[in-house]
Amino acid sequence: MKRTLCTAALAGVLGFSAPLTFAGETSWLDWVISFDRKKEVEPVTDATWLEECGACHVAYPPGLLPARSWEKLLAPSALEDHFGENAELDNETLNAIKAYALAHAADNSIYKRSRKVMASIRPDETPLRITETRYIRRKHSEIPEKYIKRNDKVGSLSNCDACHSEIQNGTFDDDTVIIPGVGRDWED
Amino acid sequence: MVRQTIILPVLLATAFNVTAAPKPEAVTTLQAQWAQSATQQPFSAKRGAELWRKDGIVQKGNVVRCTTCHGEDLSQQGKHARSGKVIEPMAFSANPDRFTQIKKIKKWLKRNCKWTWGRECTAQEKGDLIEYLVSQ
Repeated sequence: MKRTLCTAALAGVLGFSAPLTFAGETSWLDWVISFDRKKEVEPVTDATWLEECGACHVAYPPGLLPARSWEKLLAPSALEDHFGENAELDNETLNAIKAYALAHAADNSIYKRSRKVMASIRPDETPLRITETRYIRRKHSEIPEKYIKRNDKVGSLSNCDACHSEIQNGTFDDDTVIIPGVGRDWED
Repeated sequence: MVRQTIILPVLLATAFNVTAAPKPEAVTTLQAQWAQSATQQPFSAKRGAELWRKDGIVQKGNVVRCTTCHGEDLSQQGKHARSGKVIEPMAFSANPDRFTQIKKIKKWLKRNCKWTWGRECTAQEKGDLIEYLVSQ
């Protein structure tokens, strides 16, 4: 009897504690029951994130980098030199977007692409650019330079939304990719 | 007759005042704050216009000005020199959403004065610049 209890308790801990750490997105039960397998990346819903980050570039979903990366990118004064640009924010706004980034970072996400991004980063690495992570590089490695870098309408891999037409839904699926000047048939 | 004497001046005033839209409240509030620290002259659109085109610091081999990213025509969209991001028109008449949020005005003045001139703007400069942009 005692043994059964122990086993049950252990199973409970193993079964529940891990998924419960994915706080803030969905409950474990919802996740198990849902038919939506959270295949993509969690879409950005935070108004401040959309407004502040989206003022200069696409509001990158926090689920594309680990929490330790966001911690560094959004450290006090870090935004004064944000890849060569001054993007400084008042403390209140900075704290708000940082809290959002950390809660929804790749390592805190149950979304499949976020897990894949995480799996491609070594524990001792803190990437500051999404485009430098192995997963993102691998995913784009076969796309010719003329479609991205030498494409005036794209220019850089960091302009996700130039081609990913449904980024606002967190969707990066091949079927949603429309390359400017090439269209949907870019795979041919 | 009584009615006419009222209507005529109103019509005339409207006709001649088309360009001088009322300043947004955010601007009057901020200018009042700046006026307290700026001991100099009343804010001037003319000086603002000069500042807007004044040479700033050298970035990647090029002298930058406000117009580097905002473009020469304030009623048109601009394009960020580095990121290529489209910037909506700065002229208040072309973009009535401009200059309506205190927080936003302060944020961009701080960032962009540093980007363009390598320092924060003085209260006088900020007031002059906004005076110019709102008048456009």
